[in-house]
Amino acid sequence: MFFELARRNVRLHWLRSLLAILGIIIGVVTIVSMGILGNSLVLAISDSLSSVGDSIIVTPHVGGMGFGGGQSSNLLSDRDVEQIRRAAAPHVTIPVYSGSSRMTIGSEDTVGTVYGLKPDDVPVLLEIEEGSFLRGSSGAMVGATFAEENDIKVGSRINLGERGSLRVVGILKERGMGFDINPDFGIVVEDQWFRQAFDQEEYNQVIVKVKDLNEIEEVKDSIDRTMNRKETVVDVIDTRAILETILTTFGQISTFTTVIGGISLIVAGVSILNIMLMSVTERIKEIGVIRSIGTQRKEVRRMFLYEALILGLIGSSIGGALSIIGGYAVSMVMLQTTEYLFVPSSLVYIVYGVGFGLGTSLVSGFYPAWKASNLNPIEALRHE
Amino acid sequence: MEEAISPECDGDTIIRFRGVTKIYPLPGGDVVALDRVSLDIGKGEFIAIMGPSGSGKSTLLNLMGCLDTPTAGILCIKGRNIRGMSDEDLTILRRDYLGFIFQQFNLLPLLTALENVQYPLILKTGSRECLERCRGVLMAMDLGETLYSHKPSELSGGQQQRVAIARALVNDPEILLADEPTGNLDSKTGAAIMGLLDDLNRNRGKTIIMVTHDPAIAEYAHRVIRIVDGKIL
Repeated sequence: MFFELARRNVRLHWLRSLLAILGIIIGVVTIVSMGILGNSLVLAISDSLSSVGDSIIVTPHVGGMGFGGGQSSNLLSDRDVEQIRRAAAPHVTIPVYSGSSRMTIGSEDTVGTVYGLKPDDVPVLLEIEEGSFLRGSSGAMVGATFAEENDIKVGSRINLGERGSLRVVGILKERGMGFDINPDFGIVVEDQWFRQAFDQEEYNQVIVKVKDLNEIEEVKDSIDRTMNRKETVVDVIDTRAILETILTTFGQISTFTTVIGGISLIVAGVSILNIMLMSVTERIKEIGVIRSIGTQRKEVRRMFLYEALILGLIGSSIGGALSIIGGYAVSMVMLQTTEYLFVPSSLVYIVYGVGFGLGTSLVSGFYPAWKASNLNPIEALRHE
Repeated sequence: MEEAISPECDGDTIIRFRGVTKIYPLPGGDVVALDRVSLDIGKGEFIAIMGPSGSGKSTLLNLMGCLDTPTAGILCIKGRNIRGMSDEDLTILRRDYLGFIFQQFNLLPLLTALENVQYPLILKTGSRECLERCRGVLMAMDLGETLYSHKPSELSGGQQQRVAIARALVNDPEILLADEPTGNLDSKTGAAIMGLLDDLNRNRGKTIIMVTHDPAIAEYAHRVIRIVDGKIL
């Protein structure tokens, strides 16, 4: 009976009920869309970075040496590399040379990064898009972005001035942002060629590819113990930790955007509160009548809470359904993809949104319901 | 709610006032609405309460209806002293033993005539399976079945008051409290309503307490209680 009374009152004042429902719909759609957008953002970032999430990067220690102190070269010797290899065994250890150079491609001059790698290590780190991996000593593989920007094709020649000339044997697949090397914006050459061309015997960094991600911490500690026994010689960075930091940051951004969405739901809640208070004021005499003929306070409370619940239920259900469209729209506009829309971690935001919508409606109904139930029946009966 | 009779409420009366005082504390000073009122009402009586405006008639009726409690004194309803009773217990007392008939009918506008009558019965039994009883009570009020599905706004004053009486009777209360039951009706309809109340008193043994300004209406009662300035004359 109380639910029926609440339902009829919602229907009787359909326009204001509709406006309250609209508020809840907007609130739920906003909170869910923002949640889906934030989650998609995290997933997209995670996808683009996960290929480098299985590496340990060892670089010469750069901090705390002061002026003129410690290692002057800031490079890793063959002995260092061998020690790292032993410490990281059986995982693959890849020493890397890197530098930058002026280059002439056709008639165009440019500057790019040059990586020197052992030919056997290249397939472990990189994937080929076109052509082949390094063969002879004067071949080069070109990063996808660098090739596109400079119109480089397999067979093109790249002139590094006095350092020599290279023939392009392969174009690399786009790798995305990496914490170890970023070959998209440079070229990869054979290590022997790099040594001669750059007159550099020692390595800039060592990358350890860890097969089982659960061992990453153990391997990292092993390298650290071996290399930094007496003093800090190298910095050992775990890319998974960096990845986690980045994902945490984006997760916080996601939470922030969802909270912004939540504000609109609070506004909707205030509108329900307003409407419910209006409903109580309009029905004071009715409350007096039902109290006088034997309705308990808790039953009056229940009647008004049902009213808030009906508004919340309708608004949240419609909002939940529409938020799929909202999530689709913001994903398309912001990320140009909807591939992360129908994954459980995105869809769960619909459940959260509907839950928050219902919760907000109920919370907004509490005060009016309490107010109605505490009216003095005599005064309520006298109310005109 | 059959509970033990309070010692101070022992006796044959269905309603007993003993030195009942009701004071309303107001910012401008306390207002004494009832001043040491003592009164006994027996089962099956038909009482009219008369008095000028502000004399305390409504306060007396509100106390009898358990809508309020005395500031001092003893007030027994059905053998129970209501002073100090919880709101929940007072509500149950109203629901099970008292029927209210108002001057302005006070039907619930969202419910049909039949649903208005069903309402107190659902409160008491928790079940909606009571249509036969509700139809029976409405029929006893001379209301045709075609009116059962009408909302109060679609009924005449007389029809609304009949529905209100049916609502008051549906839980078969022993006491009917009527506040100017014919105040909003023309004399012919008013007379018909009073005929109904008289019948309920004579043939069904209902105790009726009615507030009225109209001496002609008061003539239906067995006893007239006159109240002035919060005191019974």
